[in-house]
Amino acid sequence: MFDAIMSGLNGLISGFTSLHWSNPVMILVGLFLLYLGIKKNFEPLLLIPIGFGAILVNIPSAGLMEKDGFLRIIYNAGVLTELFPLLIFIGIGAMTDFGPLLENPRIFLLGAAGQFGIFVTVSLALVLGFTKLESVSIGIIGACDGPTAIFVASKYAPHLLGAVSVAAYSYMSLVPVIQPPIMKLLTTKEERMINMGAAKKTVSKTAKIIFPLVVTIIGGIIAPKGLPLLGTIMLGNLMKECGVVERLTNASANEIANIVTLLLGISIGATMDGREFLKFQTLTILALGLLAICLDTVCGILFGKLMKFFTRGKINPLIGAAGISAYPMAARVVQKEGQKYNRQNYLLMPAIGANTGGQVGSVMAAAIMLSVLQGMGIV
Amino acid sequence: MDNMTFGIVIIITGMGGTLLTLGIFSIIMVLLKKIFPYKIESK
Repeated sequence: MFDAIMSGLNGLISGFTSLHWSNPVMILVGLFLLYLGIKKNFEPLLLIPIGFGAILVNIPSAGLMEKDGFLRIIYNAGVLTELFPLLIFIGIGAMTDFGPLLENPRIFLLGAAGQFGIFVTVSLALVLGFTKLESVSIGIIGACDGPTAIFVASKYAPHLLGAVSVAAYSYMSLVPVIQPPIMKLLTTKEERMINMGAAKKTVSKTAKIIFPLVVTIIGGIIAPKGLPLLGTIMLGNLMKECGVVERLTNASANEIANIVTLLLGISIGATMDGREFLKFQTLTILALGLLAICLDTVCGILFGKLMKFFTRGKINPLIGAAGISAYPMAARVVQKEGQKYNRQNYLLMPAIGANTGGQVGSVMAAAIMLSVLQGMGIV
Repeated sequence: MDNMTFGIVIIITGMGGTLLTLGIFSIIMVLLKKIFPYKIESK
């Protein structure tokens, strides 16, 4: 009888006896992510489920990430299969208006330049001792695009998924802090005051419908390994632009995107077990991710200056900073910085063009990188 | 393949491929805008 009572009581204290020092630390990290999401409004749609998932998985003896644990079931169903980021991408495509980009197609090149940080960070990660696949998964933080980062990391370095995802989403929300000093450093006051004029609506509905088809077919043939990413975002956009499947578009942009965002966030949080997350390499990954985004901004602005030279001053180099995929945050940052120096300057529409170019650019950069790896026999 | 070669190949092919592909997209969209112009479509 006494033994039975002691066994029963043992079940109540096993949570405490199984605590590893990393568990309470990670619970604090989870609480901090919740603070960032709730109080500071930093990407709350992701940071709140991620933070809560991190708390859940660091409570010992609960078995949530064991074989039949509910977090493991969700993780296996949507993250290991790469389904969740792709479903979110359909919603992103359904919410994105590529009109400002298509009005001035040369801005596509800014979207390409804004991906430079990805490739340089891959090389730096290699120098620091990460494997090739780990380096690729770290470099993709520079895409500044959560679903893309999750798609690559979950497939090629799932043990880094927690750190890569937290870095990607945290830095996306920190773009208003990261970019302005770089923008000020690399541009002159005269350049920041360049007025790009009002946007003219010069894109037909037919062109807007053909655009996602062109990107899917040509981009898919060039970089087939990235077709899941390309195809899903362009499917969402095609549904939006054709206007005949409003129910599907609304569902993709709202119900599906919201449900999957919740499940994805909690799954990512579930990978943040203290024993795996609290390593020196996590700090290195966070530092490399920050560097990638800074390099993206630097290259985007420098390319903007080059375009300003070739267009004889028509392009404001500041919009180069919007050539990353943090949509629409980066565009708003450019608008705000431009208005500091010239209150008559409305850079929002060209910046949104560069920002959506960055979305296409980040997806293409990931697709091309994966296809190059396939060509080299690494994947 | 050693890491240095891998890194250089990734930078050249990755960045070059991205620039080239998006450059192709921009040329195609310029052509599409000429083939399907806005004003005529709206009329």
